[in-house]
Amino acid sequence: MSSVAQIVTPKQGAEADVRPRVGIVVFPGSNDDRDMASALAGLGAEVEMVWHRDRTLPEGLTGVAIPGGFSYGDYLRAGAMARFSPVMRQVEARAATGLPVLGVCNGFQILCESGLLPGALVPNRDRRFVCRDVWVRVEDPGRFDAGLSPGRELEIPIKHARGAYMIDLKRPARVALRYAGPNPNGSNDAIAGVVSEAGNVLGLMPHPEHAVDPLLGSTDGAPLLRAFLAGCRGDGTEA
Amino acid sequence: MKVRILISPRPGILDPEGSAVAQALSELGYTEVTEVRAGRVIRLELDADDPEQARLRAVEMCEKLLANPVIEIYEIEIEH
Repeated sequence: MSSVAQIVTPKQGAEADVRPRVGIVVFPGSNDDRDMASALAGLGAEVEMVWHRDRTLPEGLTGVAIPGGFSYGDYLRAGAMARFSPVMRQVEARAATGLPVLGVCNGFQILCESGLLPGALVPNRDRRFVCRDVWVRVEDPGRFDAGLSPGRELEIPIKHARGAYMIDLKRPARVALRYAGPNPNGSNDAIAGVVSEAGNVLGLMPHPEHAVDPLLGSTDGAPLLRAFLAGCRGDGTEA
Repeated sequence: MKVRILISPRPGILDPEGSAVAQALSELGYTEVTEVRAGRVIRLELDADDPEQARLRAVEMCEKLLANPVIEIYEIEIEH
């Protein structure tokens, strides 16, 4: 029994009756917050922007998304300062009791720095900012597996300078996504995204929120975000 | 009291800056260089009664914020 199950209406009747309510955390330097809001809203979520200095999360959230960008200018290490924002204390506490959390790019870096996910992200192997579409393969997305079978390949853009995921390979994480083509940043074992041990915190470098409209080249981000929203509604194998 | 904190990538962790510098040094003819790791230096001035107290506080700062033990190692030097 997770806390999410206590918040959302029990699973019965039309899915549309249970709109996930996702808080999107905005830091100084976030720049994908509005894209995330628009993508999630387009997929049926109710979204609410949450300022990083807020000491409480809005009532009734069934999920939190931490968007990409350059919080606090990436000073010291990407995500190092953002993790101490007042709102992150709330996110950490709620994640510990099962609230679904999604972190994309800088959001992934923040989740690693805060210890909600294992490992850390360092500058790309080739010392360049990489901005292109890449193929990723779904492996173990934890709670966010609705409609996402393992082995499915998705084409989603990446855009980062510090996206090489480093982890102690003797204590492997749950790998949610792996780069299916050439490894674009030198991450350990071509890892593109991981999920927490409990399965409710997902972090990834690729940007599904930039791949939900054919106009932008790919709609492969939609299944990933739909799976996240399903997890926020209490669907998914581990929910 | 002045404290100098040296932070560098943990052995085995990708260090693109270090390898770029290594390549540049080798192109300049410094062929004796076998490895380069590039990190950062943080200098602090702090009020402390004795060097040991300053060191303990600096360790705490490193563990909490200044270094990420997953990918970095750090050394603390107290300047008297």
